[in-house]
Amino acid sequence: MTLKQIAIQNLLRRKGKAVLILVGLVLGIGTVITVISFSDAVTGDINHKLEKYGANILVVPRTENLVLSYGGIQMGGISFDMQELRETDLEAVKHIKNYRNIAAMGPMALGAVRVNDRPVMLAGVDFEAARILKPWWKLDGRKPEAGGILAGAEAARVLGLTVGDTLGLGGHPLAVTGILKPTGSQDDQLLFTTLPTAQAVLDMPGRVSMVEVAALCTACPIEDMVKQISEALPGAKVMAIQQVVKGRMETLAQFKKLSFGVSVIIVLIGSLVVLVTMTGSVRERKEEIGVLRAIGFRKAHVMRIILMEAILIAIAAGIVGYLGSMGATRLALMLLADNVHVALPWNLPLAAGALGMSLVVGVLAAIYPAMKAARMDPNDALRAL
Amino acid sequence: MSTMKGEHLTKQYGHGEAAVTAIDDMTFAIGSGEFVGIMGESGAGKSTLLSIMGAMNAPSAGSLEVEGIDIYSLGQEQRADFRREFLGFVFQSFHLIAYLTLEENVMLPLATIRMPRRRKLAMARHALAAVGLDCKGQRLPHQISGGEKERTAIARAIVNQPPILLADEPTGNLDSRTSREIMRLLQRLKDDGTTVVMVTHSQESARFADRIIQVADGRLKGDVFSRTMSG
Repeated sequence: MTLKQIAIQNLLRRKGKAVLILVGLVLGIGTVITVISFSDAVTGDINHKLEKYGANILVVPRTENLVLSYGGIQMGGISFDMQELRETDLEAVKHIKNYRNIAAMGPMALGAVRVNDRPVMLAGVDFEAARILKPWWKLDGRKPEAGGILAGAEAARVLGLTVGDTLGLGGHPLAVTGILKPTGSQDDQLLFTTLPTAQAVLDMPGRVSMVEVAALCTACPIEDMVKQISEALPGAKVMAIQQVVKGRMETLAQFKKLSFGVSVIIVLIGSLVVLVTMTGSVRERKEEIGVLRAIGFRKAHVMRIILMEAILIAIAAGIVGYLGSMGATRLALMLLADNVHVALPWNLPLAAGALGMSLVVGVLAAIYPAMKAARMDPNDALRAL
Repeated sequence: MSTMKGEHLTKQYGHGEAAVTAIDDMTFAIGSGEFVGIMGESGAGKSTLLSIMGAMNAPSAGSLEVEGIDIYSLGQEQRADFRREFLGFVFQSFHLIAYLTLEENVMLPLATIRMPRRRKLAMARHALAAVGLDCKGQRLPHQISGGEKERTAIARAIVNQPPILLADEPTGNLDSRTSREIMRLLQRLKDDGTTVVMVTHSQESARFADRIIQVADGRLKGDVFSRTMSG
């Protein structure tokens, strides 16, 4: 017979009380975890949807010139007084702290070429990254591979290009494989090809004109990402596209605030259930505690029995609370979320958090009844019976 | 040599005009291996005296030495240690823990002691055997009779072989035949060297004691050998 066995036997004997405490904790912990996992799932879904906004960080070569354009009205030529960005420099971005928050990074080589005696901008892009960076792109034909051209809607109209045409650019024959549907953006004015092809045509081997970045900033402010990329690329100017980013961050902040508020209230209710039930249980066990103290149990021994009971229930509540919350989150997503196919993976850190929170709440709420039990005078306890 | 020595013990409850004196200036000594009965009417102060002897109720004045230790000069936790080591308690209402088997109940005083479970179990079974319950160790308290509950309580009190056994009305809830069995059991413990102090208001039970301390209105009214008293 040990203190732990006494605690276990008591829980088994007083199943009703134990279940009541368990339910109180499970409701508290389960609701908190449900709110967090629901918020995470919906946040992930929102992030996924926000990806449709494309790039939110621009990386361009550092320059001392001011841009002379506004609202599509160009007042000056292209600035050549700028530092170079090299493809190899971009490797440094892979080592920034929040690299995992980068969904896509698209280097672009830009330069003017002549087609049918008309000047037009040629852009070399990474078409894989473009799927994330420019999700609004829709095209007739197919996306080009090396030696192919994708023409913007306006460029195709002005230059009279159709799929299957071949252009000679800088001595390179390039076949038009697709035409972009109108996007309402500058992309309509451009010819797109693969990055290596553009670098060859524009004679800028290994160099890029700018880089578009789509960053998912659920766990980091966008300013931090900009700072980290700036430090990795000292020769570049890194800018956040503020409107999109701020919109994202505000949406996420709303979810976090809601989660936090609900969590605090529910945890308080759970602790009160544990506190009230365990205090009542201690009162009911006056005789038992009196006997234990009379036969030589120290106050600390009595406290340990009560706290062990709380710990055992808290462990069970943490596990049941997490499992229950996953079910509740699925149900909540089905009932409340627009997209019922939102991913809800098993989350080990969240499970550990549930267990930890359950232990902290359970033990903190059990301290008062444990102290009350320990302070019980054995003579009073036995005489009062 | 005295095992227990009380000097000018006084216990008052309440303060001022509302104060009630439960024990009034009692002085006594109990020798090692004695079987002492404390007798008196209800409210005479017997149970208060026993709780003072049991290191559970500090007197308002006076001192109590047990085995040479002034127990009320000890702190509360040290007194708990003292009770565990030196005293065995048998309560009138048994106070067995309902959700523990008899074996587990008997092992309770060993729960806070570092000792292999096998050894604790052996000690509990030995104590249960000593009270004739060795075959009922796996039963729960509600599955046995009143006499068996009392014997289990005695087994719990003697499991760690304390030098002193304090019993509060051990036959109070038992029929006369079972009472005699319990008294013979206590007498046997006394014969084995345990000092037994028993509160009782039963003349029948008191006959088994070597010595009777009479208490009335919180005062010591008599201190005689049982055989002398019974004639």
